[in-house]
Amino acid sequence: MRILVIEDDQETAAYLVKALNEAGHVADHASDGDEGYAMASHENYDVLVVDRMLPKRDGLSVISELREEENRTPVLILSALGQVDDRVKGLRSGGDDYLAKPYAFSELLARIEVLARRNTPNEAETRYRVADLELDRLARTVTRGGETILLQPREFRLLEYLMKNAGTVVTRTMLLENVWDYHFDPQTNVIDVHMSRLRGKIDKNFEKQLLHTVRGAGYVIRDDG
Amino acid sequence: MAKRSPAGKAGGRLRLLRTTAFKLAAVYLAVFTIFAAFLIFYIAKNTTQLLTTQLAEAVDQETRELARQYEVGGLSRVARIIDRHSRQPGASLYLVTDPDGDIIVGNVAAVPPEVLTRPDSDLHPIPYRRLEEDTSADHVALVRVFALPGGFRLLVGRDIGERQRFVAIIRQALILTVGLMVVLGLASWLFVSRRVLKRIDSISATSRQIMTGDLSGRLEVTGTGDEFDRLALSLNTMLARIEALMVGLKQVSDNIAHDLKTPLTRMRNRVETALAHPDDGGREALVTTLEDADQLIRTFDALLMIARTEAGSSGLAFGEIDGSAVVADVVELYEPLAEDAGVSLSADLPEEPVMLYGNRELLSQALANLVDNAIKHAGEVVEDAHVTIGLTRGKEGVELSVADNGPGIPEADRPRVIERFVRLDESRTRPGFGLGLALVAAVTKLHHGELRLEDAAPGLRAVLALPNERALTDDAKSSEAKDQAAAAVSGGGKGA
Repeated sequence: MRILVIEDDQETAAYLVKALNEAGHVADHASDGDEGYAMASHENYDVLVVDRMLPKRDGLSVISELREEENRTPVLILSALGQVDDRVKGLRSGGDDYLAKPYAFSELLARIEVLARRNTPNEAETRYRVADLELDRLARTVTRGGETILLQPREFRLLEYLMKNAGTVVTRTMLLENVWDYHFDPQTNVIDVHMSRLRGKIDKNFEKQLLHTVRGAGYVIRDDG
Repeated sequence: MAKRSPAGKAGGRLRLLRTTAFKLAAVYLAVFTIFAAFLIFYIAKNTTQLLTTQLAEAVDQETRELARQYEVGGLSRVARIIDRHSRQPGASLYLVTDPDGDIIVGNVAAVPPEVLTRPDSDLHPIPYRRLEEDTSADHVALVRVFALPGGFRLLVGRDIGERQRFVAIIRQALILTVGLMVVLGLASWLFVSRRVLKRIDSISATSRQIMTGDLSGRLEVTGTGDEFDRLALSLNTMLARIEALMVGLKQVSDNIAHDLKTPLTRMRNRVETALAHPDDGGREALVTTLEDADQLIRTFDALLMIARTEAGSSGLAFGEIDGSAVVADVVELYEPLAEDAGVSLSADLPEEPVMLYGNRELLSQALANLVDNAIKHAGEVVEDAHVTIGLTRGKEGVELSVADNGPGIPEADRPRVIERFVRLDESRTRPGFGLGLALVAAVTKLHHGELRLEDAAPGLRAVLALPNERALTDDAKSSEAKDQAAAAVSGGGKGA
């Protein structure tokens, strides 16, 4: 994917670009709001990573201007302001996701991947399939190898989110935000318990494991072939 | 007060002239003077006009009467009438002259000669001297000169001395009134501005003292309940709040310094050791460092969250939320964790939904922290541990509670555990960083509620008593609650 990083701190930017390249993406860098806006409006990027506080032009105004010009590129906002209201402000100005500093790089990468997928028509699908696991969004049913698996409503939403982003690592925070609509960090990792229950239901009696834990990052559902 | 030097006095006078009180007084004075002058002028003008009209009418009437008498009985009859009239006190002026201008009859000694040569219908004031008076003082009269047949002239007039005296009185009144107003205005301005300046000066002086860093200073409240008192009270409330926030800030920084330095040092040492032995488990050190870093970030986030919540961070969405749904969601989130820990987690919800006014995220986080604590503490100690989240609506408002049947907290320790980083000795070995309850307390305060830790016999019951929305939207109450919250924050002792 082509990713544009608009970030004024040289060291952070260099680190981000290097890590994105290592993850197999092509990353460009702009060091202020004006340059970032010019690059974003002339080039075709899959995802923009925008720092909120930028010299010359504030990150949020860059985003709202791009949105006014019908530029629909997914945007991930990075900011040192992590309160709920800051987050809401960022999303209102046209951002698609919001990550507060300090962030874990695995978290950033996971969010970028999920944002990039958002542009695929996957959103409109009514059935998700990974190997022999199938989830029907309309009938609210899950089957594996033709056998029905009974899930609690929350488990269903958890699996739905994972399958929608199949092959992409999603973090615990992302699961909390998207499945529970909580933007805080519970003291204990409750998500892990939910995941192990879900795993018990979809992987336990099968040889092929689909739900994987990625240490230090999160979870991914994928068919390892 | 120290004695002022002359220079200081002059400076004081200058300053007095620069005050708002002076400007206001000057404006009022000008306005009222103009008004008074206008009023008096108007009255005088109208009265003079009225008097003049009355005089003129009287003169005209007499002139007509005399002219008629002349027609009937000739000059001799007129002379008789004039003679009779002249003797009455306060009589009009009469004069009849022959064609040569010599006086035939009348009670006027002298009039300007040109008056008689111009008989016309106009009334005009002329100076004259009365016959019986030996003074040479001239009076003024309004006269009309009437030409009688045969070249005779008839002059009838009325003295207007009274009218002039009246005008003089009015003029005097005007001068007196304005003078009095100026004096009174100046006096009241001096009094008011002196008083006001004194109060303002005291406020300024105290403010300066506070600005130098002494936040404990307060403005003087005289107890009269005037606007200065109200201002001083408001400012004092503000100062109390600022002081409380500063104390909180200081505590947070102390705590950060104390509690975050340790893990940072640990991390640094681990990395250093790993660097010194490059072929000896460097990867493991990195993984542990990563976990430590995550924990540090979490601690930081929690601290910031508490600090911002305690400061009453504005912009958080408060609204009507379904309390039952909040509780159900938290139970649903923690249920698997509880089960793994061998704790039964249940919600005790009323039949009908309980709506409350607040922020869903913050209340969920507070409940999550309490449930987390309860599961940890009860699960490890008791065989058949159970944790219950309760929700009740009372007269005062809504109560959210989390009760467990664990070891509980000794009564003496309860106020202390709410402070940041406080961890009782027996829980030092368990995971956590002692911020859970501090956050719960901060969230409760932000909702203008009260956090109570009670004995559930056995175990601990934490109660978030939240007021009704009515109380929340009541400004006076909410600011009072904010003050109490601020006081509570500043009252918090030193974190462990």
